[in-house]
Amino acid sequence: MTAEEWTAVRLSLLVAVTATACSLPFGVAVAWLLARGRFWGKSFVDTLVHLPLILPPVVTGYLLLILFGKRGPIGEFLDENFGIVFAFRWTGAALACAVMGFPLMVRAIRLSIEAVDTRLESAAGTLGAHPLWVFATITLPLCLSGVIAGAILCFAKSMGEFGATITFVSNIPGETQTLPSAIYTLTQVPGGDAGALRLTLVSVIISMGALLGSELLARRIGAHRVAT
Amino acid sequence: MSLDVDIDHRHGTFHLSARFVSQPGVTALFGRSGSGKTTLVNIVGGLIRPTRGRIAVDGQILVDSEQRLFVPKHRRRIGYVFQDSRLFPHLNVRQNLLYGRWFSRGNGGAAADFDSVVELLGIASLLDRRPGSLSGGEKQRVAIGRALLAHPRLLLMDEPLASLDEARRAEILPYIERLRDKAGVPILYVSHSVAEVARLATTVVILADGKVTAVGPVLDILPLADAGDGGSVLDTKIAHHDERFQITTLVSAAGELQVPRLAAPPGSSVRAYIRARDVMLSLNPPQEISALNVLAGRIAQVVPTGAQADVRLDCNGAILVARVTAKSVQRLALAPGRAVYAVIKSVSFERS
Repeated sequence: MTAEEWTAVRLSLLVAVTATACSLPFGVAVAWLLARGRFWGKSFVDTLVHLPLILPPVVTGYLLLILFGKRGPIGEFLDENFGIVFAFRWTGAALACAVMGFPLMVRAIRLSIEAVDTRLESAAGTLGAHPLWVFATITLPLCLSGVIAGAILCFAKSMGEFGATITFVSNIPGETQTLPSAIYTLTQVPGGDAGALRLTLVSVIISMGALLGSELLARRIGAHRVAT
Repeated sequence: MSLDVDIDHRHGTFHLSARFVSQPGVTALFGRSGSGKTTLVNIVGGLIRPTRGRIAVDGQILVDSEQRLFVPKHRRRIGYVFQDSRLFPHLNVRQNLLYGRWFSRGNGGAAADFDSVVELLGIASLLDRRPGSLSGGEKQRVAIGRALLAHPRLLLMDEPLASLDEARRAEILPYIERLRDKAGVPILYVSHSVAEVARLATTVVILADGKVTAVGPVLDILPLADAGDGGSVLDTKIAHHDERFQITTLVSAAGELQVPRLAAPPGSSVRAYIRARDVMLSLNPPQEISALNVLAGRIAQVVPTGAQADVRLDCNGAILVARVTAKSVQRLALAPGRAVYAVIKSVSFERS
């Protein structure tokens, strides 16, 4: 593998891990709100979260460009006040991946929260636990396998995200050129087939590794739970 | 401790309306399924917000719809033992027991320390096991311990024995009795079993179709016709055991009773529940019969119920109810004031 190819792999992993780690707390919070919350506008929030799943990725990427670009209302605010820049940076790629992976993550976590018996939660309440403590000590441990599944889905989606990323932050080698972008570039130049095939292989290995890892983790949690 | 309840709650077409003040000891909420017992304890425990009303424990108001006051369940310090134990599956027994302790530090309450509760409930050997591997009876004992260790000032028990078979019930009942007598925590106990109520309760609140129909001491309330299938309760003490025939003799105000051998030692207080249909009446002292118990009494009241009648006897101050046919009432001319003899077979006593 060439140095450029390694760079693309490293960048992809960095982007995917950042996207997953940063969106996980929000994913859990939104999933909890959708699973347990009763508030006005819940279906609107639900639709908003799922929007990236049904919109063409290019549209999502373009909306991100409008909002988070150098001149975008949010992008300008973040740059001026916190010095955070998304446009044409790897952080932008991570943001695009997080947005694209968010619906998958929320869906998995929400389903597992809904599967937690609310009667256990009210039992914890009668023992004196504040609702936040109930969530941390009862709900979260019992839906942990769903949280892991959601994180893995988001990670896998991030590894493969192409449309929104390339629209939002372009395809800059060493900065925003992730695995899919690198493969796409290689297929566009003469004699790039071998490189494209190598990166495809790497992509398959990482995805399978993630899936296998989540299976093992979920099994360990399951075994821990039924162990006597 | 006093629990003062005065609430109305509407849910769909069901209307629950309850007003009562409970005394220390065990207050039984008694009624058929669907009468609103569970809804009522859920309201006391803070799991349901009543449509209207007021609930106070020891003068502290927990719910007052007029003041728009509602203390959430985690700040009520009311323990709750559910019918389906609800142990946390990801924690072992010890962690389940200690769960409430995290939140109850420094709030006083009943002094229930870990070792004495574990000993009281006989769960020392289960501490490192997971709830999934426990039997139904063991689960309920752990659930009782868990509620107790959160230092509640009132314990709610919603049919804690309903999901268990006869043998498991007999296993747990003595623990609840010890809880009543030793732990000093007042209990609001939901049940539809007369035998359980007779054995455990100090005060009985009878619910029917969402309304409280009677409140009072168990000895006065249970003989009422609407208290389940009819029967009476005698306060007795164990006099002695007959090892040869496996029979225990009890003394009560009404006289001596011989029942199948009980486990408790002589001198212990025992409540005997006598079903009305197990009592036979005779105008003369019966002789040469197999039944071991013959109690003399005077008829206080005859309550006809169609083809049958409940005859309430006054046996030296104790109330005994006999269910006989209308035909027997006429044939024997059973009427208030008449002296009769109540005949009860020893084998008809329930071993609860």
